[in-house]
Amino acid sequence: MTGSSAEMQLRIRYTKLGKIRFTSQRDVARLWERALRRSRLPVAWSKGFSPRPLLSFGLALPTGAESLGEYLDIELDSWDSPGREVAHDAIGILDPVTSAALSTFLSSLLPDGLSVQAVAPVPAGSGSLQHEVSSCTWELEVAGVTEVQVARQIDAVLRSSNVPVRRVRKGRMLEDDIRPAIRSLTLGADCGRDHRGTEGTVALSATVATKPRGVRPGELLEGLEADLVLVRARRTHQWIEHGDARWEPLSEAGELPGETGLHAQERAS
Amino acid sequence: MSPAPGTVDPLPESRAYNPGNMESLWPVIEPLLANVSKPARYIGGEMGARRPEHDGFQVAWLLVYPDTYEIGLPNQGLQILYEILNDRNDSLAERAYAPWIDMEQAMRENGVPLFSIENNFPASAFNVIAFNLSAELVYTNVLNLLDLGGVPLRSSDRAVSDPIVMAGGHCTYNPEPLAEFIDAFVIGDGEEVVGEINAVISSWLHSNSGDRDRRILREALAQIDGVYVPALYGSRYDGQRFMGTVPVGNAPPEVIKRTVADLGQWPLPRQQLVPLTEVVHDRLNVEVFRGCTRGCRFCQAGMITRPVRERPAQQIRDMVRDGLQRTGYDEVALTSLSTADLSGIESTVRDIIDDPTNGGRVSVSLPSLRVDAFTVATAAEIQKVRRTGLTFAPEGGTWRMRRVINKLIREEDLYGAVDAAFGQGWRRVKLYFLVGLPTERDEDILGIVELGRRCVEIGQRYHRSVTIVASVGGFVPKPHTPFQWCAQDSMEELQRKVALLRAASREVRGLTVRWHDPAATTVEGIVSRGDRRIGAVIEQVWRAGGTFQEWSEQFRLDLWLNAMESEGLSIDELVHRERGPEEALPWDHISAGLHRDFLWDDWQQALEGSGVADCRWTPCYDCGACTDQGIEHIVASSLPPAGGSQGTGQDLSSASKVPVRFTSAPDQASTFAV
Repeated sequence: MTGSSAEMQLRIRYTKLGKIRFTSQRDVARLWERALRRSRLPVAWSKGFSPRPLLSFGLALPTGAESLGEYLDIELDSWDSPGREVAHDAIGILDPVTSAALSTFLSSLLPDGLSVQAVAPVPAGSGSLQHEVSSCTWELEVAGVTEVQVARQIDAVLRSSNVPVRRVRKGRMLEDDIRPAIRSLTLGADCGRDHRGTEGTVALSATVATKPRGVRPGELLEGLEADLVLVRARRTHQWIEHGDARWEPLSEAGELPGETGLHAQERAS
Repeated sequence: MSPAPGTVDPLPESRAYNPGNMESLWPVIEPLLANVSKPARYIGGEMGARRPEHDGFQVAWLLVYPDTYEIGLPNQGLQILYEILNDRNDSLAERAYAPWIDMEQAMRENGVPLFSIENNFPASAFNVIAFNLSAELVYTNVLNLLDLGGVPLRSSDRAVSDPIVMAGGHCTYNPEPLAEFIDAFVIGDGEEVVGEINAVISSWLHSNSGDRDRRILREALAQIDGVYVPALYGSRYDGQRFMGTVPVGNAPPEVIKRTVADLGQWPLPRQQLVPLTEVVHDRLNVEVFRGCTRGCRFCQAGMITRPVRERPAQQIRDMVRDGLQRTGYDEVALTSLSTADLSGIESTVRDIIDDPTNGGRVSVSLPSLRVDAFTVATAAEIQKVRRTGLTFAPEGGTWRMRRVINKLIREEDLYGAVDAAFGQGWRRVKLYFLVGLPTERDEDILGIVELGRRCVEIGQRYHRSVTIVASVGGFVPKPHTPFQWCAQDSMEELQRKVALLRAASREVRGLTVRWHDPAATTVEGIVSRGDRRIGAVIEQVWRAGGTFQEWSEQFRLDLWLNAMESEGLSIDELVHRERGPEEALPWDHISAGLHRDFLWDDWQQALEGSGVADCRWTPCYDCGACTDQGIEHIVASSLPPAGGSQGTGQDLSSASKVPVRFTSAPDQASTFAV
């Protein structure tokens, strides 16, 4: 990944829900660094004048947005470290039971609102999260409009070939067309799981490409051209796509993309 | 207590101060956070934070730092009181910080009052609102926060049901500018007195309604040592001239500071708050000693916190180990006014670094380095993980100037330190200076540039490109220091000196000069030595929108000048005038334990350019801090630290022969004898 001598890479899937959504991506990175130091896992460090732990976060989550699936890859060093025993007990043999134990253990080191759902070892040479994830799904709650109005606007967006939004970049106002990035846009929450909609809001769901750059929830709503207020934004999925197939970087059940294929690769090496 | 906004809840007599139907304000706070900068400032949730349940019988304190969350959160004084109050069974405490301007506006537009960040209760629902005062320019924020909390601004306007407004921190050594707004000030260390205050307030709150009169509470608080209740005092003036402050009620003529005799009895905070978002000093902080007797004459902290009280070495190691394990920080700062002076500092830091339970990648930072090569070698050894910048504070540009201020750093000390720093891999060194010091001449100003030039030359022996940053502050005379009588430079004079400095430094490549705004220095001077009349000035500035005055982008000189003028007060009289030995000073009724004649003699010695030794290691010269209070230094080593001079009374000629081996690889620099 970065040419380090790391022996193992772990992928972690976690949620960011509640008050802690107001922390920034950088804040969350710092929270993880401190939690991992307390875990005594043998996290590998970069070399050089100002060494850093080798953590790599995927797609940034905007400050204020929640997520049901955030990811973090950690490079681990040799077992010859003070954290060896903790790490060995927890992940020496990463079967589903110990993976669950490690998830619980890491969650206990994190503040309220950050909760680990799954952990799995990633084979050496896997692509980085940043590189592999190419789309994500958002669930948005908006207020100040009726469901009918939102439905009409969604229809208009999907039928048009061009959805311009403005953004400021390096002090200059630019206009971007976000239409090519919109994979799907539907009324209603797409995920059936433990979701409680806020009273008086309309829910919509959108899947957008993250490359060449991510479309932010606010931009999506600007594209809808309705006079609405974003009450809550929640990223429900990130996707790694190959052709028509797509996988989450790590499912809640702890499965990696194309699990069998990756195992085969591992055996070959 | 005042009920929450919009509710009227008659309370049974026995629970009369119960805030009653308190509800979290979170539902009205949350929508505001989507549109403000850095919303994580307002969500709390730190590791170590408490979520106290208000049962109506414990005295509820709201501890307020009157600046932004990221500046206020790390404040150790506030965190210590937070723990003490939450650990007692007759009190509880929550926290609040000054909302930034965008948030304040959103709160006012939506009728959201100042709230605690733990339970999100309104400020007016607390029995006590206690401010930490660390800097004078935050005073307008204090007024703003009271207003935002729905608390009457003036002590005299508050009803029985309003919170009791208190303040502590270094600025309370001249409490007069805030005398109209604060019900009671705490002078000195808070660890012991906070419990005594709580007991008095608790019994007042539980008393029969006929006795629950603020006047009765004031008198009871004024009987506690170290508590100053300004409403029980009156000040006299003769035209512009301040003439004195005397009790007008049942209160002592002089309030003497509180001092914790043994820091080892207070290993706090045990659960330092670890924030969710970035703050200043974002690391474990362990206070290793309190007080300083170096005797720098400009330094108020060094004068008011005497004597030196070291924490036992084993307790320091325990607090560091436990703190690192609990928090996950990889950096610990050993804090004090001059940490390099801690007895056995080298073995303490080495033990921290070598302790395998600390995870092996811990850096130790010493926030205040002494200026000598020895200290640099220690710094190089201990900053293995991440190298922070190196900063030294010679303060004065010439040896003569440094003798006046009693900062006895020889040039060879500084050059030795800088040589060691560059030799051990640093490429950037920051130097702190003051301008506007008493007896200062232009050659002292130009001396700053000369020191900078020599330091750059030393650096160039090691590296092609080096930077020396000279950070220059304007001197403000502070109460309870030998310089409390001196005239502060005018704004124009400071501007001239800065211009002189800039012009001279322009010719030195590698030297960067940064300076503090002389206008802000002038305003700080108004408030630092101000009497009660400055309260009206602070109020006017606040009413005109002047909050966050210590933030340069918010600072508004015009507001202060207008307010001074409309109050008929003269800046020349208050700031730019030298005082005589007999003149009454607005803080004369507040005692830091220092004899007035000690301070005056030290002032006279300053004018003669003669220094005094550090009494930690030399005989007592009876400043008053120990002798009158029945306390003494707690210092493990009877010998001054090796290396460097700085008032230790050592043989200065040995300064250039400190036992340090210079190598380019920091890892090998550890072979030096102690």
